[in-house]
Amino acid sequence: MSHHIVEFKNVSFCYPDGTKALRDISFRITHGESVGIIGANGAGKSTLLMHMNGYLMPTSGTVNIGDIYLTRQTRQEIRRKVGIVFQNPDDQLFMPTVYEDVAFGPLNLGMDENAVRERVEYALNLVSGLELQNKPPHHLSSGQKSAVAIAAVIAVEPDILAMDEPAANLDPKSRRLLINLLKTFEHSKIIASHDLDLIMDVCHRCIVIKEGAVVADGPVSEILTDKKLLEENNLELPLSLQRN
Amino acid sequence: MIFKHLSKRMLPDEIMTFDEKYYNIGFIDQLSYKDTFVHRLDPRAKLIATLLFLFTVISFSKYELTALLPFFLYPALLMTIGEIPFMFIFKKIVLVSPFAVFIGIFNPFLDSGQVSIFQGLTISAGWLSFFSIMIKFTLTVSTALLLIATTSFPNVCHSLRQWGLPSLFVSQLSFLYRYIFVLMEEAMRIIRARNMRSYGKRGKGIRIFVRIVGILFVRTVERAERIYFAMLSRGFQGDMPSLKRFHIKTGDVIFVVSVAVFLYVFRFYPATQILGRYVQGVFS
Amino acid sequence: MHMADALLSPVVGATMWTGSVAAIGYSSKKLKENIDNKTIPLMGVMGAFVFAAQMINFTIPGTGSSGHIGGGMILAVILGPYAAFLAMASILTVQALFFADGGLLALGCNIWNLGIYPCFLLYPLVYKPIAGEGKDARRIAVAAIISVVIALQLGAFSVVLETLLSGKSELPFGTFVMLMQPIHLAIGLVEGIITAGIINYVRNTRPEILKANSISRPLDTSISIKNVLVAFLILAVITGGALSWFASTHPDGLEWSIEKVTGKGELAEATQGVAPALKELQGKTAFLPDYGFKSSAGVDSQENEVAVWPGIEAGTSVAGIVGGIIVLMFTLFIGLGIRLFKKQ
Repeated sequence: MSHHIVEFKNVSFCYPDGTKALRDISFRITHGESVGIIGANGAGKSTLLMHMNGYLMPTSGTVNIGDIYLTRQTRQEIRRKVGIVFQNPDDQLFMPTVYEDVAFGPLNLGMDENAVRERVEYALNLVSGLELQNKPPHHLSSGQKSAVAIAAVIAVEPDILAMDEPAANLDPKSRRLLINLLKTFEHSKIIASHDLDLIMDVCHRCIVIKEGAVVADGPVSEILTDKKLLEENNLELPLSLQRN
Repeated sequence: MIFKHLSKRMLPDEIMTFDEKYYNIGFIDQLSYKDTFVHRLDPRAKLIATLLFLFTVISFSKYELTALLPFFLYPALLMTIGEIPFMFIFKKIVLVSPFAVFIGIFNPFLDSGQVSIFQGLTISAGWLSFFSIMIKFTLTVSTALLLIATTSFPNVCHSLRQWGLPSLFVSQLSFLYRYIFVLMEEAMRIIRARNMRSYGKRGKGIRIFVRIVGILFVRTVERAERIYFAMLSRGFQGDMPSLKRFHIKTGDVIFVVSVAVFLYVFRFYPATQILGRYVQGVFS
Repeated sequence: MHMADALLSPVVGATMWTGSVAAIGYSSKKLKENIDNKTIPLMGVMGAFVFAAQMINFTIPGTGSSGHIGGGMILAVILGPYAAFLAMASILTVQALFFADGGLLALGCNIWNLGIYPCFLLYPLVYKPIAGEGKDARRIAVAAIISVVIALQLGAFSVVLETLLSGKSELPFGTFVMLMQPIHLAIGLVEGIITAGIINYVRNTRPEILKANSISRPLDTSISIKNVLVAFLILAVITGGALSWFASTHPDGLEWSIEKVTGKGELAEATQGVAPALKELQGKTAFLPDYGFKSSAGVDSQENEVAVWPGIEAGTSVAGIVGGIIVLMFTLFIGLGIRLFKKQ
């Protein structure tokens, strides 16, 4: 099932002001993998995610999503394949009610209203948020907002789910619920986060980024136990490992 | 002193702090998501009824008093059936009244033609027109507030879209509604930081205000970018899609028709006078 | 400064509504022709920004009282006239609904007074020429202050006109103008200084915001001075036409308004049947200002010595008061009744 792959080949990116945000990044993520992307603040995690659906275009190198190379022409197609959940759900939930927000993606795909309704109900059900559908986002708790934001992305039925700090604003219980939810997804998952415990729970593979370049790529069990590597990257051992 | 109260746009600030305004708008927003008979009516039906009501009320002559009174029935019914707290609406009316009072209060002094109410009691016609303005003001403001207290704003937007207002304008309204609450919270955080460090004095001058608003502005532009990114990643290509068409139910039609009949009757037949004469007849 | 429903006559309210809705339609159309998709969320969030900023108060120097910004000019500078106007219209709509600022019928007036002037008149005609490319902080400041002051003066003057044309207020034109204009001059100066401050703050901290927006906004240039002037000319003709049409349907407007005060109206005719009722409605909704005739009416009523309630004799007015009280009691009774019933 090659259509679920994400492949970066020698990708570099330079912001217009000259800042080099990505340097020669290469990796390949195959179908069903769940991968954590970790690194210090400003290491380039968010910039990397923005390349996955063509919001930013690489200055050099290629991005291949499900056998489609990212170009200005293929951007729309690629956006269907990769669903991105952002750090701040308030920026993600931009429609006045939950239902309309989750329906935004499917409607943009040109689906008819009944099909849209089915999709919305399916997606909201998956995050146990069906009863929230008529509420405006500002009446939701942070945990509910995150759940709805995920539902809004799932409603487009992407092949690959990419998330930026999904648990940043959550209380411990909501965070636990989110982790359980993520574990049930069969999508390829790419999670950029400082929350190494979450990555340990959800991901199998981990990519460490420093100053825009990949410095390590390997199984979670190896990377997240490598104290020296983590500390070099302004990170520290996951709390659950610190106790031992 | 009068200058301090002259302009309405200055006044609410002195009465309400930012926090109060924030909770105030939040409260009316919460009310609009209740589930009562009034809330369930089609938003278009409520909008039509409200507009008819407003036009009828302001169509009365400037000296009219008693014929306006039956119209209180409409807001009273909406308020009770819609379970909207009376004091909340009342306070809001008082809060926005200064401009109307300011303009109207000159009438009694400028329009000095004498009017006799009964034999022996004459007042200046200006008082009539002043009280007429105040009654109209109370009626129009309470009805408008009750409209939004019983109709959620997204539903108002849907009606406007269905009526063919430009979709750019309607999506603009939806965005505004969505982000008012987010930005008010953001502004509140900045203001609290200001207040914490200004110890009750200073901190409200123009220079600091500009800084606060400037920070808020930059953050807002950055937020707009993130929102745009989120929209793109869900297939946005320039059109805001919409759903949820309302279907007019019999109840809605009955509602609008009865409001229209009510307005018509009390607009064109001096019902209060007929009633008053009848009662006088009974007692004499 | 927000116009209020209670001060409006239906004709003035409807006219201003028509004007504002037409402007909304036109702006949407123009914007749609040439929109950068990025502008759609930016407009919405900028509207929310102005809304939130209006809620923050500041002390007006030397007076001790506080004020807040209007925001029309900031929006125009950031978004360009069409998008700024739509944002301003939606801000005023939300305020009319949630804060009861103004009112729904007066919304047309308020959109006109606070939206049209800064976005379509002063931004292209005053701000742009003075501020130029936006490279010089002092020029930006001068441009902002002048354009905000003039916009607010026009807005305040429109409130005066709208109120007087509605004929609900007795304020003589001159007095009203003298009440409104100076105070809005003060407010305008402060708001202008603040607007300049914010634009310059943004220019210093994040210059690319202003730059990016002026690049993605080829619309600015397409608003030509000619178009604006033509639009206002057309508007003036329409208003004038409407005025004279109403004047011609009420050739006796002058006598009519004097009659109202001196009590020579014919109530008997007016209260029977639909047709006279409609005629009465037409009469009552006439917007011809009668403030000008007050003095002559005053002389008149002195001659008559005891003038009565316009068109109604004393006996009727007592009946009106009795009936009114009964209706109010009834309303209260119904309200309390439903509340009790619901609690059970």
